[in-house]
Amino acid sequence: MINKSILNEEVMKYNKNKTDHMKYLPDMKIIESDIMEKVMYAVQNYNYNHYTEYHVYRALEKEYCTPEDFGALLSPVALHLLEQIAQKARIVTRKHFGNSIYMFTPIYIANYCENYCIYCGFNCHNHINRAKLNIDEIEKEMKAISETGLQEILILTGESRKMSDVNYIGEACKIAKKYFKVIGLEIYPLNTEEYAYLHKCGADYVTVFQETYQADKYETLHLSGHKRVFPYRFYAQERAIKGGMRGVGFGALLGLDDFRKDAFATGYHAYILQKKYPHAEIAFSCPRLRPIINNDKINAMDVYEAQLLQVVCAYRLFMPFSNITISTRECARVRDNMVNIAATKISAGVSTGIGEHTEEITSKGDEQFEISDERSVNEVYQCLLKNHLQPVMSDYIYV
Amino acid sequence: MDKFILGGKEFDSRFILGSGKFSLELVKACIEKAGAQIITLALRRTNEGGIANILDYIPKNVTLLPNTSGARNAEEAVRIARLSREITKSNFVKLEVIRDSKYLLPDNYETIKATEILAKEGFVVMPYMYPDLNVARDLINAGAACVMPLGAPIGSNKGLCTKDFIQILIDEIDLPIIVDAGIGRPSQACEAMEMGAAAVMANTAIATAGDVSAMAEAFKKAIESGRTAYLSGIGMTISKGASASSPLTGFLHDDTDK
Repeated sequence: MINKSILNEEVMKYNKNKTDHMKYLPDMKIIESDIMEKVMYAVQNYNYNHYTEYHVYRALEKEYCTPEDFGALLSPVALHLLEQIAQKARIVTRKHFGNSIYMFTPIYIANYCENYCIYCGFNCHNHINRAKLNIDEIEKEMKAISETGLQEILILTGESRKMSDVNYIGEACKIAKKYFKVIGLEIYPLNTEEYAYLHKCGADYVTVFQETYQADKYETLHLSGHKRVFPYRFYAQERAIKGGMRGVGFGALLGLDDFRKDAFATGYHAYILQKKYPHAEIAFSCPRLRPIINNDKINAMDVYEAQLLQVVCAYRLFMPFSNITISTRECARVRDNMVNIAATKISAGVSTGIGEHTEEITSKGDEQFEISDERSVNEVYQCLLKNHLQPVMSDYIYV
Repeated sequence: MDKFILGGKEFDSRFILGSGKFSLELVKACIEKAGAQIITLALRRTNEGGIANILDYIPKNVTLLPNTSGARNAEEAVRIARLSREITKSNFVKLEVIRDSKYLLPDNYETIKATEILAKEGFVVMPYMYPDLNVARDLINAGAACVMPLGAPIGSNKGLCTKDFIQILIDEIDLPIIVDAGIGRPSQACEAMEMGAAAVMANTAIATAGDVSAMAEAFKKAIESGRTAYLSGIGMTISKGASASSPLTGFLHDDTDK
């Protein structure tokens, strides 16, 4: 099943000459690891319909959840116990983080993309304004952002190795280091040495969205470009850790496929990786495709706010020490409540366009997606304080 | 007067307060209610010249104890300690070396290595460790100013899970033993002090309390009470069978060789 609204003629055409999405391209280095097999096996065997309320209560009683408990927390039956789950998630969050909420903002430095992902605003067949900030412009943007008081920045590019190569991103990291304490990356997947290089330039956190862990579905959504190669993307976090990054972030775009399976796979992926690399810091992002309004019947794959909260709480209870970021795709009401329950990171003063933080930059690029929470850094800061949460600009030191 | 001496400084309070996990605006009131003279802070949380900088919220008359949280090995800990000395102008360092993001258990081996380097550089090294007697001895030989065994995993509020092993350290190690991590209630802090711990460090127990500064005060009282009890000598427990009807030493009165 696929959400038909994202299909068009162009997509149909591509469907005929596709490459094997499980095969690496020549420039992609293979690392020795069995994590993907383990995750795929676990997801295949994850049957969320077999859980009962008993399994959910059992999970809620434990201090540390097993993958089996995590599966129960993500099950349809658990949705009926969402209040209890949220209560427990809140306690666990406070135990690990106190009332600290970390603030950051993304900076989009380029939106060129070589991939054809049929659901994404940046995809190479969309006729949008493309732009790439030059070094001076990056500096201006970062300076403007740092003046809002933020200490953490997330550098984003579209996925084009040609237009935004590793050196270019490295230069952006070096500039970021002058203005910020914490530098994260959300860029196309790299080889281990490339991650090591960007780590040397100042970055320490890498987030890669697998989008969906259902390889068959993945293949129908990512029609061309290097992103089409499923396993290379899957192993990005492990390569980043091997390259010396301190932490890695995971995320499925909930609603692309069966969100329960995708959320289970995301959590399990992080769990296995942290077991293998116990020092790695783990983070989750929780973007969702909103259910289509006026959809005449309720689809089991739809991710409403309740389902989103269920996923966020399940991540929290399964991986209590991980950071959870709540996207600006969500409105202020949802975000403020999520950080009161289980999320620990919130962006503020967000623009997903290029060059939007500085007026004098004229070569602005279009936005990747529309945001629902347009509050400034100060507005989010004040709102956290009002809700008895402590905004934290940095809890990190680059060593 | 019963003074707590550490790194050449004298303190009246034996309560080391952690500053993480709660609102910055509560820090000052909390220190006052706790009567704390030493407060830990994570260097990585400082934001000099920026907003929400924890250093702006700590009164100047309190001894800062920067910790090396974020360090995953000895080398990183040493670098963070040096940076923290520059920023806080304090020679004190609470050494934390953790390479486990799930339980946050200390790496004793790397901690010994870092202690040796930092002690040579003149730091007052206060190493956080898993209570192991051999490691404690190595830490002393490496130049530590005290030993800080965990009672339970950080933030767990579980109390003195490692009680018997902490007692061994108290009995065998001549330097102050400061129980750090895991203390969840004033009664547990009191118990650690009764056992002979030189001081107690707590953070999450207070940060996650309903009323943060009231809980800080409760801890202060518990720690003082435990200390007084320790100094006065704990009363004997008379257990059943302790005074047997046919004494084992009765034969000594049979006066055969008198």
